[in-house]
Amino acid sequence: MSHLMVDGNEAAAAVAYRLSEVVAIYPITPASPMGELADAWAVAGRPNLWGSVPSVVEMQSEAGAAGAMHGALQGGALGTTFTASQGLLLMIPNMYKIAGELLPCVIHVAARSVATHALSIFGDHSDVMAARATGFAMLASSSVQEAHDMALIAHSATHSTRVPFVHFFDGFRTSHEISKIAGLTDADLRALVPAGDVLDFRRRRLSPDWPVIRGTAQNPDVFFQAREAINPHYDRVPDAVQSAMDRFFDQTGRRYHLADYVGAPDAQRVIVMMGSGAGAAEEAVTKMVADGAKVGLLKIRLYRPLAAAALVAKLPPTVLSIGVLDRTKEPGAVGEPLYTDIVAALAEETAAGRTAWDTLPRVSGGRFGLSSKEFTPAMAQAVFAELALSQPRPHFTVGITDDVTGLSLPVDEDAHHEEPDVVRAVFYGLGSDGTVGANKNSVKIVGEAGAEDVGGQELYAQGYFVYDSKKAGSTTVSHLRFSTRPISSTYLIQEAGFVACHHFEFLFDRDILAVAAPGATFLLNSPWGPEEVWSRLPANAQRHIIDKQLEFYVIDASRVAAEAGLGGRVNTALQACFFKLSGILPEREAIDAIKRSIRKSYGRFGELVVERNEQVVDKALAALAEVAAPSVVEGTQERPTWITEEAPDFVRHVTRMMLEGDGDLLPVSALPVDGTFPTGTTRYEKRSIAREIPIWDPDLCIDCARCVIVCPHTAIRMKVYDPAFLEGAPPSFKSKDWTGKDFPNSVVSFQVAPDDCTGCGVCVDVCPAKSKEEAKHKAINMEPKLDHLDVERPAFEFFLDLPEPDRAQVRVDNVRGSQQLQPLMEFSGACAGCGETPYLKLLSRIYGDRVTIANATGCSSIYGGNLPTTPWTTNAEGRGPAWANSLFEDNAEFGLGMRLALDQEIIEADRLLTELADQLDPGLVAGLRTGRRADEATVADQRVRVEQLAAALSGLDDERAAQLASIKECFVHKSIWIVGGDGWAYDIGFGGLDHVLASGRNVNILVLDTEVYSNTGGQASKATPRAAIAKFASGGKPTGKKDLGMIASAYGDVYVAQIAVGANNTQTVKAFHEAESFNGPSLIIAYSPCIAHGIDMSTTMSHQKDAVDSGYWPLFRYDPRLAAEGKHPFHLDSRKPKIPFSEFAEKEARYEMLTRTNPADAERLMALAQDDIDARWSLYEQMAEVDRQIPGEEVEEPA
Amino acid sequence: MTVDLTTTYMGLHLSSPVVASASPLTGRLDTLRQLESAGAAAVVLPSLFEEQIEHDANQYTRLIESTAGGFAESADGFFPGLDDYNTGPHDYLRLVTEARNALNIPVIGSLNGATLGGWTRYAKRIEDAGAAALELNVYFIANDPNVTATEVEDRYIDLIERVRGAISIPLAVKVGPFFSSFANMAQRISSAGADALVLFNRFYQPDIDPDELVVAPNLTLSRSDDLRLPLRWIAALFGRIEAQLAATSGVHSGIDAVKLVMAGADVTMTTAALLRHGPRFVKEIRDGLATWMVEHEYSSVEQMRGSMSQINAPDPSAFERHNYMKALTTYAS
Repeated sequence: MSHLMVDGNEAAAAVAYRLSEVVAIYPITPASPMGELADAWAVAGRPNLWGSVPSVVEMQSEAGAAGAMHGALQGGALGTTFTASQGLLLMIPNMYKIAGELLPCVIHVAARSVATHALSIFGDHSDVMAARATGFAMLASSSVQEAHDMALIAHSATHSTRVPFVHFFDGFRTSHEISKIAGLTDADLRALVPAGDVLDFRRRRLSPDWPVIRGTAQNPDVFFQAREAINPHYDRVPDAVQSAMDRFFDQTGRRYHLADYVGAPDAQRVIVMMGSGAGAAEEAVTKMVADGAKVGLLKIRLYRPLAAAALVAKLPPTVLSIGVLDRTKEPGAVGEPLYTDIVAALAEETAAGRTAWDTLPRVSGGRFGLSSKEFTPAMAQAVFAELALSQPRPHFTVGITDDVTGLSLPVDEDAHHEEPDVVRAVFYGLGSDGTVGANKNSVKIVGEAGAEDVGGQELYAQGYFVYDSKKAGSTTVSHLRFSTRPISSTYLIQEAGFVACHHFEFLFDRDILAVAAPGATFLLNSPWGPEEVWSRLPANAQRHIIDKQLEFYVIDASRVAAEAGLGGRVNTALQACFFKLSGILPEREAIDAIKRSIRKSYGRFGELVVERNEQVVDKALAALAEVAAPSVVEGTQERPTWITEEAPDFVRHVTRMMLEGDGDLLPVSALPVDGTFPTGTTRYEKRSIAREIPIWDPDLCIDCARCVIVCPHTAIRMKVYDPAFLEGAPPSFKSKDWTGKDFPNSVVSFQVAPDDCTGCGVCVDVCPAKSKEEAKHKAINMEPKLDHLDVERPAFEFFLDLPEPDRAQVRVDNVRGSQQLQPLMEFSGACAGCGETPYLKLLSRIYGDRVTIANATGCSSIYGGNLPTTPWTTNAEGRGPAWANSLFEDNAEFGLGMRLALDQEIIEADRLLTELADQLDPGLVAGLRTGRRADEATVADQRVRVEQLAAALSGLDDERAAQLASIKECFVHKSIWIVGGDGWAYDIGFGGLDHVLASGRNVNILVLDTEVYSNTGGQASKATPRAAIAKFASGGKPTGKKDLGMIASAYGDVYVAQIAVGANNTQTVKAFHEAESFNGPSLIIAYSPCIAHGIDMSTTMSHQKDAVDSGYWPLFRYDPRLAAEGKHPFHLDSRKPKIPFSEFAEKEARYEMLTRTNPADAERLMALAQDDIDARWSLYEQMAEVDRQIPGEEVEEPA
Repeated sequence: MTVDLTTTYMGLHLSSPVVASASPLTGRLDTLRQLESAGAAAVVLPSLFEEQIEHDANQYTRLIESTAGGFAESADGFFPGLDDYNTGPHDYLRLVTEARNALNIPVIGSLNGATLGGWTRYAKRIEDAGAAALELNVYFIANDPNVTATEVEDRYIDLIERVRGAISIPLAVKVGPFFSSFANMAQRISSAGADALVLFNRFYQPDIDPDELVVAPNLTLSRSDDLRLPLRWIAALFGRIEAQLAATSGVHSGIDAVKLVMAGADVTMTTAALLRHGPRFVKEIRDGLATWMVEHEYSSVEQMRGSMSQINAPDPSAFERHNYMKALTTYAS
């Protein structure tokens, strides 16, 4: 038996791939890695069980994947797919069909929350429960090993029964946990999937050689009977699954049943559950039984069809009280699905006299673990405590504090402690420093070490990784367990014997050492040595070290890595220290193993990288030093907070808890009931992640505002103001005379927000003003933050208090003017150098006080709407963008709905105004009727009129006045913007987008085109250009990019612009204004360089020039209004390509990688990519000369 | 009348002294074949740059590591996992082997190292890949005011000795002219184990874009006039050092080759002319050399070699300082 160190996704995919001929894929967290692996294996030519390479095809949505799989099954190909959450929901229509047609297949699901009041990428069973009525059988795994094993059992049983299967395991907890498992061989797979079953399946395929018809339409006379005809197949499933499990046992020695019971044979209290929570529950049961408690756990494997008899038979006859735990919520139901199933099964079996008891045991239903909420052994013990009561609550929750409906159980976290024989280590790292990668290696090193390497007994290892919700400067927490016995702990480490802090600053951000067990080892990456470090620690860290008597070690891993030529990559140095200090492996063996691992991990990057990492190992061990900790706390530094008493209540009481990592402690009452949150909260999260920040040199500045327009994080701002306001400025506050003619005798300040800047350097890269004496010195320069914090912090505070401009006086339609407007999107958690956010920030400046945004799921919905803090904010009047995210696939429709609502509101307001006109001032009424226009002066005037209207209406004794008062704001111009990425616009949401474009309605659609599914990790979309490598296109995308702009232009009456702010600021601003002013659908396709392109992220803006100069990204605007004026509606804003595509592409790793891995394909695809550009340019040149008649009446906005 | 164009370069028997020097044309099999069929006597492959390998390796490591493990939805990073990013010398070594197998003429590898370890390691691997000889492309800009001329020279000699010790194939050393006593340096290089000196390395000179205020490296191809510098030194060194002499820079015609052979070059290497006119231009140079020799009744390259070197020229002093002063005076008048 061979052991594998894999995560749950790979465990499942490794089986599914080998047993499939067609694999239809689509990215969705946390299931995407299964599709990525399948794609990579296929590109590498890895065969399936029968010797051919499966067809792995990415579809436009999960609905498409299910449809393609359905067709493949009808065609006689063995099919599989992978999904989660909304993806599974999109498959449901096909799942009914596939099941109804008895087409055997398996959908592997990394179970994830379905979006309700909020999206969550984390794990629970709400998705699979939503699919439980489709007719798919459902098999649950509760660990990585089971994800491997049940995958095979599912594939086996689907063929023997013809019933399709969903095989599911918990998203993240299982899908992303790395664990040591016993691998299944091809022989194991052959033993479980007999060739005869496959032949039977193929014989049923659709073929004109033996034609049949499927998918008929049926009438009331036969539909019902036909539906019942399928019953015997379902009746056979439980036995078939058990048979497969039995054969599996014969083959592998691992024993499973439809439901498995563990615990006391005479248990009186039993928990019934499925999924990863069973691991924690089993630990609680094991401990409690050892302590004499009569408790047990029934783990459900086969959930559909539910084998009531087999399940009930597994319960001890002594059981008195049962707690059924559901990892889902079904509002309004008598109980959650598993609970109601168990109750019904017990009732049926008891009524039939097939049980040991005469009266039903008490059954309680409990919810736990929604969205990967921790479920610990202590929580399981809390459930058992509840079950011990004479009248346990029939329904409860566990793991939260419910102070609203009082359903939650009290949990004594001290009730359970992990076994001492398990080594537990927790590491805090930065997302970009390789900590997670090194820890994955460490887990594999230990898990793969032979018995002889570790003193006679093989070790088991487990790794689980927690990420925060930021894309720039994110922190990671790695939880590693090592033991001589298999590890089933499916919860975060609560007491660690080893704690490593890979960045000194973390000590000030969070209570790093709270997780340290007494006597634990603490490893700190510190720029200060053992003599000096103590005085640098915050007081709470010193307290932990003293109170818990921690063994404290430091290493300057950053220096060791830098000296070895590894830059800031501290992971290898700290990994070496971990192995030395933890003693998991004998030191010599550990070092050898690390070096072997280095060769394995870094060999693909070349010998030099291997050698340098190997050197780091030795140097790190030499640099490791123990700190003799004093016995008294000397530190005075405590964790700073930016949330002052002036902050809103919600921020002070709720947001603050989340920011401090205590969100789990918030009670139910603290959270809104419907997912509605206040905006503008990023300003309270000063992450201060930049090492260098831009510093302005007013002597060189030419006031061009480019730094402001490109800043991805709104961390550079400008204000033009009367110099009188400089009174009281901090001494070092900088300003200069404003060169614009719009505000004579004014000064301007460009100011960095020092604690909000990510240090990406994009602003400096685009700055055109260079010193005459020292060309490298610009009007804005990156300089060490610590050298400037004392100056820039008060300067930014002062800057914020400077007056905002009079919007009516500012030239909002040009770059310098638009950048004076207050940004109403700030400090998002997007990647440093993000290419998307400048567009949204621009939108927020020019229309932020009157815009409603429908935002497709994706990067922009994450940095735009992921708690704990969100960037969309308000101006001094409290106005700002109203923002909502519905789904990934429906965003265009969602935004159209907002438009329809606004239009309806306008109709209603106008009607009421007309009806009440004789009771109002005629001048006011006339002004209101004509003042719904977009220009700033009119908006300002109209706001005054609306206030006057409100005052007037308040004096009227007329019910209609109250109605009008409730919607009076719609007299001020409002706009609807529909925002999303290319995955949405080109693929999953294209149907809706197309429909909205055809609607004629006044909506503005902004496509942030990163040319991949950025948010899910860079999978190819139809926006991905030819020759680029992406996930799901690891052999290079073979086909060209879809020309969305031309498709939209084909309608004729749609405004279309293709823009790139880094290449042409002016055209970008112009396009936004034209789109907004066009009274119909507008589409802006915005080039958005992304981390997934593999470019230097400080050049995301300047690099856009190359994109445009090569013709890769032509700039154009198509304005139907010009056609009406008899002009050419299509206008090319960029010049004929002047550099070859290759010159642009060679700066991007997405192209370079293919050149390295497959030069022949790269050469062929790159040549085709150049052809794509040439052909496209030729078409556009012709388009620019085309006269066009746009028939039809102009669509009028309701007035 | 036929002339014998054959020559021997570092023990390699060549059909003529016209060799295709390192350029993009020698980096592809198809153009290598064209060079051979046009009459190139040998080819020098483009240099394997250790610094480039290191840069690529670091960049890819940084790219993959810094984008992975930071965010839950992209926990595995933003790029498909690849088994090898080919940052090492694999492609280059494959080119060496493929060229060796595809061509009948000698294939000379070229190496530009960055570290002592790198020089020796990659030299050995180029040898193992099948190169007939190795040319060290020593490209060192001595711009540190604290480093003395002696230290620079010792560094050259150290690495030549180490590489010489690491490989058994013939070794050529390509250097620039910027030494205080070039003749002495040439002697030391020869003594350190170089079988040939390749004169001279054309350092890419930077340029400045005054509009953009950036330093813009700007590769300029050589002209015929550029052969004067190697000509001077080949003439000066011929017969005085043990190592053979190869001329590179400024070989644009048969006449150019004639001059350099007369000065004492064992081979003449051409790049710029081939980049301008294509690989088949080798034939023009070769034929030009042969035609001139026929017309002037030279029977062999061997006969002609060094005939105008400093030790054989009728006016040896013309190669010295006097030449410089006289030329300037003449030009001024």
